[in-house]
Amino acid sequence: MSKFKKKTGGGTPAISTASLPDIVFMLLFFFMVTTVMREVTLKVKNEKPFATEIKKLERKSLVTYIYVGKPTKTYEAQLGSEPVLQLDDAIARVNEIRNFVITKREEINEAERPLMTVSIKADENVKMGLITDIKQELRKANSLKINYSTRKGEVFEDRR
Amino acid sequence: MAKRALPEINAGSMADIAFLLLIFFLVTTTMDVDSGINRKLPPWDEEQLDDPPPIKKKNIFTVLVNSRNQLLVEDEYMELADLREAAKRFLNNNGDGSCDYCSGGLRNPLSSDNPGKAIISLQNDRGTSYKTYISVQNELAAAYNELREELSNRLYGKSYDDLDEEQQKEVQNAYPQKISEAEPVSLG
Repeated sequence: MSKFKKKTGGGTPAISTASLPDIVFMLLFFFMVTTVMREVTLKVKNEKPFATEIKKLERKSLVTYIYVGKPTKTYEAQLGSEPVLQLDDAIARVNEIRNFVITKREEINEAERPLMTVSIKADENVKMGLITDIKQELRKANSLKINYSTRKGEVFEDRR
Repeated sequence: MAKRALPEINAGSMADIAFLLLIFFLVTTTMDVDSGINRKLPPWDEEQLDDPPPIKKKNIFTVLVNSRNQLLVEDEYMELADLREAAKRFLNNNGDGSCDYCSGGLRNPLSSDNPGKAIISLQNDRGTSYKTYISVQNELAAAYNELREELSNRLYGKSYDDLDEEQQKEVQNAYPQKISEAEPVSLG
């Protein structure tokens, strides 16, 4: 009898999978929150200025980005050290903005086109001359909603 | 052959590990929140208006920024830190007495008539740094936001952000944001 009793306690014990769904959900939520759909590789330095009176950009699908800044170390040799602008993954010239913006606008469905925003992500050391040229091009492309991308923080704080 | 009894793996601590991971990621990831100052550009017009509508000089608050990032406000040198107060004083001046919600208006006859007419004109040099430009824009926006906040507290007893859409519109119309940007010139 004792032999049989021993056997009942045996067999492969099932590993509890009760917490597996929790882990899977956790991972899922994590990726859902952090994933940014189309991340471009930055070829320009991008230290944005600080501001306090900022608004969040809603509806990422309606936002087009223009990056402005000095080329990073890796690209310094081929692009020089003067501030350039980057549209998507490519370095571009100011006169290419108009076509770029118009192409982007065509990708958005027609009802939402007026809501398209262009976010200018410029480095704080860029001179206004270049920014003004960009703004003029945007006006010519009739893309009038813009957003100066900034970081949240006091303007006067000494950060050196 | 008899199966060897495997000891059951204790899964009770799995949740702890999962939370540990979750907290680790929560702490280490910096979520790139896109935020900034919204502005609207004026439409592109090939031909300029022959005679722009006349605006009294006293209703214009001129801010000039030169290539050394110095400010000239209403023909006087000014530090950036003082810009917000100066802009608020100008907007809230209530020169013609038609603004019944402007509390503490100075009623200076040489400054703006009422907030609806007040225009801030911003002009910068091509050599002005973007950082300074954003700071100036930020201070001007802050002046408007502070006035709106004050008005909303007086009218509804709550913060501007907590108002419903209609009330926000009303407060916005009380202090319409009129910032005009001239094309940059060489100010030296």
